[in-house]
Amino acid sequence: MRRDKSAIAAVLPFAWLAVLFLIPFVLVFKLSLSDVALSIPPYEPQFKPADLPAFFGALDFETYRRLTSDSIYVSAYLSSLKFAGVATALLALIGYPLAYGISRCSKNTREMLILAVILPFFTSFLIRVYAWIAILKPAGILNAALEAVGIPPLSILHTDTAVYIGLVYAYLPFMVLPLYAALEKQNATLLEAAADLGATPFTAFWRVTFPMSLPGLAAGALLCFIPIVGEFVIPDLLGGSGTLMIGKTIWTEFFSNRDWPAASAAATVLLFTLIVPIVLYQRQQAKVLAA
Amino acid sequence: MKQIGAVRSSFAPWNDPASVPLVRFEGVTKRFGDMTAVDDVSLSIYEREFFALLGPSGCGKTTLMRMLAGFETPDAGRITLGGEDLAGIPPHKRPVNMMFQSYAIFPHLNVEKNVAFGLRMEGMEKSAVKARVEEMLALVKLEKLGARMPHQLSGGQRQRVALARALAKKPKLLLLDEPLAALDKKLREETQFELTDLQVELGMTFLIVTHDQDEAMVLADRIAVMDHGRIVQTGTPGEVYEAPANRQVAEFLGDMNIFEAVVDSVEPPMARLSGEGMKFFVQDDDCPAAGSKVFLSVRPEKMRISLDPPPAKTPNVIAGEIWDIGYLGDWTTYLVEIAPDRRVRVAQANATRHVERPMSWDDKVFVSFDPDAGVVLTS
Repeated sequence: MRRDKSAIAAVLPFAWLAVLFLIPFVLVFKLSLSDVALSIPPYEPQFKPADLPAFFGALDFETYRRLTSDSIYVSAYLSSLKFAGVATALLALIGYPLAYGISRCSKNTREMLILAVILPFFTSFLIRVYAWIAILKPAGILNAALEAVGIPPLSILHTDTAVYIGLVYAYLPFMVLPLYAALEKQNATLLEAAADLGATPFTAFWRVTFPMSLPGLAAGALLCFIPIVGEFVIPDLLGGSGTLMIGKTIWTEFFSNRDWPAASAAATVLLFTLIVPIVLYQRQQAKVLAA
Repeated sequence: MKQIGAVRSSFAPWNDPASVPLVRFEGVTKRFGDMTAVDDVSLSIYEREFFALLGPSGCGKTTLMRMLAGFETPDAGRITLGGEDLAGIPPHKRPVNMMFQSYAIFPHLNVEKNVAFGLRMEGMEKSAVKARVEEMLALVKLEKLGARMPHQLSGGQRQRVALARALAKKPKLLLLDEPLAALDKKLREETQFELTDLQVELGMTFLIVTHDQDEAMVLADRIAVMDHGRIVQTGTPGEVYEAPANRQVAEFLGDMNIFEAVVDSVEPPMARLSGEGMKFFVQDDDCPAAGSKVFLSVRPEKMRISLDPPPAKTPNVIAGEIWDIGYLGDWTTYLVEIAPDRRVRVAQANATRHVERPMSWDDKVFVSFDPDAGVVLTS
């Protein structure tokens, strides 16, 4: 009897993944193997159970060949990886001191500061990105402030800089929270032991605190890197016409060019690109749990 | 001076006015908010001494040790080490090492790297570090576990890693904060003897903090008994056990029977007391003058128990009834009711396997003790 119940518990997450991930993925993958057609829906072949052999015969990897022949896709992938890499590095540089500072505060202050980190989630993501437009636009809040102190205005909106600002802003909690969790649970006695053995506070940080927080840093970095690679809203709203990111390319293929197979193929490739960091993340988490 | 208890060879620098202490606390006070953790403590610890700070939890013993390591700063008073005032010297520059109660082993470093940590900080050469680490691991019998990570070790092994790490820099003074508290009884007893051997072998000075009186007695050359931030008594294990300064020390170190009494007459070294409806005849050099209110204390193992009345004229005989018996194998403890709701504890070694007529519950018995078994306490 007990075995049956635990089986139900195991089935639930698998059912969840099957319905919300696997089936949509199979549909997208099937789309990527189809040919472009000017019809509704704008692809062929359509599914008719009667002629299954013909159906499978019509599927091919032609679209994937197209992805490699047109350099825009390769550039978009590389550019996305660059955006994600640079943004993750910036997030680590900003998030680490922030998380470290919070973890060294008294308990009450700590809780308040963590609440402040999570607080932006109470507002819609889209609205928060629009707020950045209002701040960064030529006649926006930032330039008004700069003008007040006599500094010439900056044109940041619709540049890569604006995208980085938006990415760092939006993903900061995903970097800070795992880092904070790793730093906060560290036993203060370990630093006393390091000091007792002759380590200066600076050395103690680099030899004890920092290496012990690496699992948190890795978790934060992957939690930021993976979604940023596929990020669409931020580059679309804050970036310029030259800002190339794969999320934006896929969107354009789907909705502007109505080339569903190409868009699906690009999405499928993106998924497989991200499997590497996702597996890394899983391993990291398993290690943390084992320790 | 009459020697009492077990005396370790002739090592007693504290009795030699010419010897200079390694560590000196002078009027040290530490407050946390309204709470005075350490209250005007003065204390000297000599080179090569194994010194124990003994007391119940919250008595200030750990704070005293942490001030020596540099983790707390005294609010008043002075601490010197080898004649040098430690004030203002941060922990990482003090020539002392500490073994933490929680061991504080670095979880991200393997055993070797944990032991090597202090040596690396010193800037010791790599080959020398390797040699010293091997030496230390051999010392604590962990030669084969150098590559293990801390989470792969048992509690006893971790304790050894912590010890090896603290010993690696060969500090002038090793601080041990409840080093054996996390071990099970058998391992604890084994480790106690290993620690004393190590201390003699390495010729270091050890300061241990413990709440376990057995541990303090087995390990230490001298014990300072602490309570409420003050040192109540300092002495060899024998001195604090056999000649406690007051009831508090007497009761903290082992079991003690205490009778409230008044001094009737004193003819040094003998004294006659009376109290709780009984007459006592005791030998105590420091008995206060006739008429003083005192507490007569007698250890359970220094009392005798018998079914037959002792010969007439035997002093200090109390009649009673056995209320409870605790059989411990090597010892048996009898709780004897001598008056309604008034019980004394008598301990007897089970020297033979068979007793003709064992004592049992509700037996009428006679408890007695020799005049020199009693200690007269004034507080």
